[in-house]
Amino acid sequence: MRQSSEGLLLPPVALAPPRTARKRSLQRRRSRAAWLLIAPAVVLLAAVAGWPLARTLFYSFTNAVLDTPEEYDFVGLANYLDLAGGERFGVLADPLWWQAVGNTLWFTFASVSLELVFGMLLALLMNQKFRGQALVRTAILVPWAIPTIVTAKMWGWMFHDQYGVVNDLLLRVGLIDTPLAWIAEPGLSMWAVVMADVWKTVPFMALMLLAALQMVPADLYEAARVDGANAWQRFRRITLPLIMPAVIVALIFRVMDAMRVFDLIYVLTSNSEATISISGYAREQMIAFQEMGTGSAASVLVFMMVAGIAASFLWIGRFNHEGKEGKA
Amino acid sequence: MTRTLLAAGLAAALHAAVPAAHADTLKMECNVSGPWKPFCEHVRSRFEAETPHKLEFIEMPLASDEKLSLYQQIFAAKDARAVDVLFIDVIWVGLLDKHLLDLTDKVSDLEPAFFPNNWRNNVVNGRVKAVPGQVDAGMLYYRKDLLEKYREAPPTTWEELTRIAATIQEAEREGGHKNFWGFVFQGKAYEGLSCDVLEWIASYNGGTVVDAQGEITVNNPKAAKALDTAAKWVGTIAPKGVMGYQEEESRAVFQNGDALFMRNWPYAYLLTQNDSSPVKGKVGVAPIPKGGPDGQHAATLGGWQWGVSAYSKNPDAAVKLVRILAEADTQKRAFMLLGIPPARIESYEDPEVQAKAPYLAQFKEVFANAVPRPATATRAQFPKVSKAMFNAGYDVLSGRATGAQAVADLEGKLKRIKGRDWK
Amino acid sequence: MKLTRKQRAFANQLWIYLAAFVVGVICVFPFYNAVLTSLRTGQELFLANYLPTTFHWENYVNALGENGVGRSLLNSFVVATVTVGMCLTVSITAAFALARVRFQGRKYVLFTILCVSMFPQVAVLSGMFELVRFMGLYDSLGALILSYTTFSLPFTVWVLTTFMRALPVELEEAAIVDGAGLWVIITRVFAPIMGPSLVTTGLLAFIGAWNEFMFALTFIISNENRTVPVAIGMLQGTSQYELPWGHIMAASVVVTVPIIALVLIFQKRIVSGLTAGAVKG
Repeated sequence: MRQSSEGLLLPPVALAPPRTARKRSLQRRRSRAAWLLIAPAVVLLAAVAGWPLARTLFYSFTNAVLDTPEEYDFVGLANYLDLAGGERFGVLADPLWWQAVGNTLWFTFASVSLELVFGMLLALLMNQKFRGQALVRTAILVPWAIPTIVTAKMWGWMFHDQYGVVNDLLLRVGLIDTPLAWIAEPGLSMWAVVMADVWKTVPFMALMLLAALQMVPADLYEAARVDGANAWQRFRRITLPLIMPAVIVALIFRVMDAMRVFDLIYVLTSNSEATISISGYAREQMIAFQEMGTGSAASVLVFMMVAGIAASFLWIGRFNHEGKEGKA
Repeated sequence: MTRTLLAAGLAAALHAAVPAAHADTLKMECNVSGPWKPFCEHVRSRFEAETPHKLEFIEMPLASDEKLSLYQQIFAAKDARAVDVLFIDVIWVGLLDKHLLDLTDKVSDLEPAFFPNNWRNNVVNGRVKAVPGQVDAGMLYYRKDLLEKYREAPPTTWEELTRIAATIQEAEREGGHKNFWGFVFQGKAYEGLSCDVLEWIASYNGGTVVDAQGEITVNNPKAAKALDTAAKWVGTIAPKGVMGYQEEESRAVFQNGDALFMRNWPYAYLLTQNDSSPVKGKVGVAPIPKGGPDGQHAATLGGWQWGVSAYSKNPDAAVKLVRILAEADTQKRAFMLLGIPPARIESYEDPEVQAKAPYLAQFKEVFANAVPRPATATRAQFPKVSKAMFNAGYDVLSGRATGAQAVADLEGKLKRIKGRDWK
Repeated sequence: MKLTRKQRAFANQLWIYLAAFVVGVICVFPFYNAVLTSLRTGQELFLANYLPTTFHWENYVNALGENGVGRSLLNSFVVATVTVGMCLTVSITAAFALARVRFQGRKYVLFTILCVSMFPQVAVLSGMFELVRFMGLYDSLGALILSYTTFSLPFTVWVLTTFMRALPVELEEAAIVDGAGLWVIITRVFAPIMGPSLVTTGLLAFIGAWNEFMFALTFIISNENRTVPVAIGMLQGTSQYELPWGHIMAASVVVTVPIIALVLIFQKRIVSGLTAGAVKG
């Protein structure tokens, strides 16, 4: 059974020639139809999302202020980097920005890897048949279902150094002997944020991976089992390659969301410089300091970083794909 | 018949010629779906009785910065229909200055009725932009029973506080109360820490970081000493976790009976006297300690003010509403209903108020001497100033900088923020 | 000592049940904590207790009553449902085009759609605010529906495209031989098989729309139109500092229960045994 990932349409052999001319006009009709089909999505995005994004780009070159956006001057790239007068100004010259970049990259790496691993395990679990599977599947989605602000505040209390559940459990089990100051110590607070985020987002990954697992035909497993392959081999040779496209998409979206994290960090650790994220930085510039110019510049930089990372994922994914194509 | 028709026609013409009294609907900020409801309704009934206009309420989020950013969006859109009378934080007057109606000519007669510090805080460039509604100031809470037990008096200086806290903490721990601490306050990196920092610095006579004329005064040895004193508390009489505490987290520790002293706002008092509170009846309040015997009792001024949107369609009616809100009776009602300290001085003399809250007499002194944050002087740059302040505090508390380094750094940062002048 | 087939199967089942138990506990524990907290009041709110100590139902009465989140539940439900409906409709047609038809610029369209999701929400906020006011949608549910649909589209389009790509070509070819037009192919052939992915995407989009906070806070100012997260955010005590934790937890439980119910209903469809049976024969 051939699986085509490029959607190449080959007309059935039964059709009469001239095949090439027929194929081309069919292709063209389908191309036109395709554009019609994607038109609603593209139009909606261009009209609704396009405006705010273009506006952000525009304002990043001005020195506008949030509550009087109509008064501004053009400052070119000064919001990004300004080397005039000996002192360096601009987002790229701000050590806090680079601190935020470091924080965000670390956070993204830590939470997405943990989410991938746990998500995969959970998806495999949900894929099994056992009594009470409905309950378990529902239980797994509970973290994702709670609103983020509630989750953040809830974990904030759970991490309270004197009365929090986390310290309480750790003390009871004997892993620590004095309460840890999860929120106060910069090193620990990042881990607290990661834990809260992993708890909240693993259901998302698990669900995506489960949907991908569903697309793998069961008879492939049967055939492999008959051939004597064990669980790990089945996983590596059959499951992984087939769900790879879905894994890459899930990863891309998770990475994009993790790079743009704001709520969790803000609620748990407020404006601490040790844990501020790049979105937090942009928001601080824009909303707290009302500097629409700098805030927009920071947002554009966030976009560029995220775009770069997403593009690399796609490139790796395509490479992986084409490799498989070659083999097939 | 023609005559009646003519008469009717004439009446109609006259009616059309003379403009009818225009009844507007004003929008006031009041959280009508919470405990504030009776207060909001009362204000509405008064407003609608005394003017021909109607009053509607809009609700705003709890968190201060979310509220501020919402207002900024609304003002950026110059929306006249969104809100007319708003309740703004004491530190926003300078920030929102250009969007607030100039009330100078219409409310200056009210000035003597309010605490001078509070009133001055609302005056930007000589123009009155808001009228005090509710007042707040930092206080020192202490455990009466424990101080009695160890025969100590409430501390008047930070040095006394440190000594007493250390002694009693050790004694209590030896007595079996393992997680007892001497002092809890707000040490997280947020606006609340700026309040605590200001109190420390001002109590040692180190100034107010930026003075009322806009001069940066923070780089002085007294301010440095203040921060160093505070840094010594973390890990000794205050848990390390205090650097993750906001108001509620510190209240939790004190209310549970696990702390001897707490610095917090007046709202916490009523909650500690709640029936389920383990420290009910054991709590006393005192002014924030001085920095050394020749320091001063410096409490940071908080509270909320009533302002009028500059884009309001009916400013006169809005000002009338503000005047109603500024009356002693209205403010007293807010207090009786919700326990929030009124901004009007004479309310403190009211026998009903005194009966309900005898502790308020003590608070009055504190409010009268409260120190405002340099928000009005630094205008729209205050968020950056505040951020620099609490980061300086945080650095010293966490041991990353000494007091002297931190205040020098802070001065540098503030100079950069100020540029040529505060705008 | 090698285990017999039966013993191995038993061990397998044991592992699965153990894993299921651990996972269940970890996922549900904070929520369980929330439920416990919602039944407490006063000082007990702050302490760590693992078993219910008191049952203060007033928190729930408050949460559902006039001052609570009752009305917002309805608003959120409307917004989320319409958003998901529009998203899925627009996405499935777009996904078909992007997955099954080779046309010029396909890759660029895909990447551009993705780019929308790369900006921090705060950047989009003031622009959207202006747009919403311009279109006269300020303070109406329409503003939320429009913004949620737009910002959920990249996700739904990408996910459905990916899953559609994995569908076998033979299905489509068979349908074409049977003389089916594009629309029929999409609705009669693909949509049923894509069941699990549609349900998954729909659920995730629904929950995303249900829990969104920033736009809901900025675009809606009157009480009647508020959605759930903002309604919870507005729960307050008498002062700006006090956090009525018991009420908030009760309200959170109240708003999470419909989602859990929704998941319970749909969780079967998430794993409807999709096999290649559709292609056989």
